[in-house]
Amino acid sequence: MFLRPFCAVLGGLSLLLGAQLAQAAEVNLYTTREPALVKPLLDRFTEQTGTVVNTVFVQGGLAERLAAEGARSPADVAMVVDVGNLMELVDRNLSQPVESAALSAAVPAGLRAPDGRWFALSTRARAIYASRERISEADAARLTYEDLADPRFKGRVCIRSGQHPYNTALFSFLLVKHGESWLRDYLTALKGNLARRASGGDREVARDILAGLCDVGVANTYYVGLMLSGRGGDEQRRWGQAIRTVLPASGTMVNLSGAVVARHAPNRAEAVKLLEFLVSPEAQQLYAEANFEYPVRPDAALHPIVAGFGTLAVGDVPLPEIAAQRVRASRIVDEVGFDQ
Amino acid sequence: MKLLRVLAALCVIPVALPVLALLPAAAAGSGDLWPHLLRFVLPQALLESILLLAGVGMLVVTVGAGCAWLVSCYRFPGRKLFTGALMLPLALPTYVAAYAWLDVLHPAGPVQMALRRALGITDPRAIPLPEIRSLGGCVMVMGMVLFPYVYLAARAAFQTQGADALRAGRSAGAGGWLLFRRIGLPMARPAIAAGTALALLETLNDVGASEFLGVRTLTVSVYVTWITRSSLEGAAQIALLLLLLVGVVMLLERQGHRPGAHEAAHPARPELQPLKLPAALAATLFCAVPVLLGFVIPVAYLVWAAWQRIAQFGLPPDLGQWIGNSAFLAGLATLLALGCALLLAFTARRDRTAAEPGRAGVMLLRFGMLGYALPGGVAAVGLIIAFGGIDAALDPLGHWAPPLLSGSLAAVVLAYAIRFLAIPAGGLEAAYARLRREVDWSACAAGAGEARLFWRIHLPLLLPALSAAALLLFLDAMKELPATLLLRPLNTETLATALYAEAARGTYENGAIAALMLVLIGLPPILLLAMARRFFPAEAQPGRGLRMALAAGLPGMARPRKP
Repeated sequence: MFLRPFCAVLGGLSLLLGAQLAQAAEVNLYTTREPALVKPLLDRFTEQTGTVVNTVFVQGGLAERLAAEGARSPADVAMVVDVGNLMELVDRNLSQPVESAALSAAVPAGLRAPDGRWFALSTRARAIYASRERISEADAARLTYEDLADPRFKGRVCIRSGQHPYNTALFSFLLVKHGESWLRDYLTALKGNLARRASGGDREVARDILAGLCDVGVANTYYVGLMLSGRGGDEQRRWGQAIRTVLPASGTMVNLSGAVVARHAPNRAEAVKLLEFLVSPEAQQLYAEANFEYPVRPDAALHPIVAGFGTLAVGDVPLPEIAAQRVRASRIVDEVGFDQ
Repeated sequence: MKLLRVLAALCVIPVALPVLALLPAAAAGSGDLWPHLLRFVLPQALLESILLLAGVGMLVVTVGAGCAWLVSCYRFPGRKLFTGALMLPLALPTYVAAYAWLDVLHPAGPVQMALRRALGITDPRAIPLPEIRSLGGCVMVMGMVLFPYVYLAARAAFQTQGADALRAGRSAGAGGWLLFRRIGLPMARPAIAAGTALALLETLNDVGASEFLGVRTLTVSVYVTWITRSSLEGAAQIALLLLLLVGVVMLLERQGHRPGAHEAAHPARPELQPLKLPAALAATLFCAVPVLLGFVIPVAYLVWAAWQRIAQFGLPPDLGQWIGNSAFLAGLATLLALGCALLLAFTARRDRTAAEPGRAGVMLLRFGMLGYALPGGVAAVGLIIAFGGIDAALDPLGHWAPPLLSGSLAAVVLAYAIRFLAIPAGGLEAAYARLRREVDWSACAAGAGEARLFWRIHLPLLLPALSAAALLLFLDAMKELPATLLLRPLNTETLATALYAEAARGTYENGAIAALMLVLIGLPPILLLAMARRFFPAEAQPGRGLRMALAAGLPGMARPRKP
């Protein structure tokens, strides 16, 4: 009599608390990549290997969660966007070294840690969007990040918040190239050129160019793919058609999405297998098609829309260096009042 | 009484968890960050926060109290409809409203395109409409979504008290504006203040809408310090300072709020006075505009965007699961927080009505409200650190993997309850303030014990306030994002996280279906509350409290025993 409600409560509690039944083969993934992007990949992995992938999509705080869970953490793989976030996992000792011939062969040396503590899975370029209507093809082709601060673009530039990780990475890239006082002058001049307050997301640059609010801007390449593909409807295709995507020939800033094997991974073998799958030709192809990014495998084909952006001349600043200078760049953004 | 206080203290301890967990981080120091923050970041952020709060505050008080006054005191076309419809914006997360408004008002959006087509203009810059991505735009978007907090509180106050005062005022020849300013406003002041406090705390905590619209508030600074400046320490320090500030403001606000000062002598609804034509039309318009701006237009946009996605791809296959998870987590958190809040409010009440009135219960109640003042993401980080610590303490040898609390549904429910305890706690405190202390004294004199007093007298009388609090709580928990994102288990999506997953990659319109479901699920509780007001008029019946108090003291009289 007395036991029945007690059992019900206990059952309810175990449902609520973390206790989970062990399954056959599984791998647990913490990701800041959006589910819609990675799901097709993970489904394919499960199909091929029979290993179930459990995921949780987290944004800010992935590193904090891993750290707080410590040795009990169920996480096997952490997947993040932006080199700064990836390096944070490494710097806080939340990842572990991995030795894998398949990974070393697939990922070029600059896009992984020598000791296998991190691997890039895809890259994306920070491009310049230029109005097709108001900037000639020849002028657009010559554009560089440095040009955007030029007086000729007074009141014609759109960009998202200078403190967004995509922008601090770009400014960090420029900081390494040109030094601190140059960056300060550059950001001051760039702010003076803005058509509107630094706000919104990357896509708003294209939309605002279509609307005539501005003529040039800075945003990531894959948004153009998303817009031009028509996946977001005809309206967004018009936004994409309003702009040319310029990859500065003097050196384009490239950021990455990447992954680590978590320090306390309970399913380490499956975790390595998942990473190896993610850099396999098939997965790299899926990656390129799902989100219009650049595959890390040199032999993987680009999506036709991405190939249409032209040659990508990757700037010669190593990614870990960009990550290391990010905080300094973000302080200069504050000092010149870029977002105000 | 002692037991009550101990239980109440136990309820409040979890609220301290996120703060306690952040203290070590804050104490660890943030190097040379502060001079930088003080010089370049905080002054501007403080200014923008103050302007935003002032703007939203004025808007929610004007709209919320104004509409509540109109629907409570006058008869005009659409009054019945507006009584319920004015609550609808509650169902909409502020950041969704921000996305919707930008799309609607953008130069390449429907309004401006139609306007240009009608006027035969081709240049998109030709019509200089105000930019929504601005402080003013942010005030408009947030004010129009948050005013129902004030509306609900003010309406409850107008309807349950002071019919006498109003009648007296009217017979003395006062009308319209004078009546509102001299009788209505002072009478409902505590309720309006409580509602405004909720709306302003929500404004202060917001990151999504402000960041998207380009407003750099203190809370946005906390996030940037954490994420971009890579300093959790600095972020924790700013957040704790912010908390201190909010705590001081909350205490100051309560200073003028003497117990008993607003107890209604003869609670009764004011009689509705019919309005003549121009005034009636103005009243209709005054109530229609906020419903349009805060609900109809953004939701119409959502319907349109969702319809496009559904026509192309059908419904998301996991939609049912998202809805189930959202409703389950929010429902459980609502029950938990309501229970805690009842205990806290009752303890505070007993302290106040005791022969020697005490402050302990009141202090506990206040303290329980602080969870609402911490920015959501910071609270979430504090909680994940705290839960990690609890897991380690419960299981020092690491036998339980995965951990018991971290990344569990219980963690999410607990986080909601901690964050939103302020809503029922504040609502119940205000309701108790309107309940005469003689009720308690009579019941006790008639021999009712504490349990009987609570179950048979307080609870029925608190039901309207309780149900309003439950609604706000449930909706806020459903909309909650940062804690849900960070704390939930593997393979568990809610409507809010599914919506955010799209918003995070910039394609927020793909989240329209989830956003619309969030609104749709919020509708039945809102409608229920709007209708329920008619079914439990307990607060509105003069003398009922006292009669109940007397009846409760006499065993066997209150309810006939079953054979």
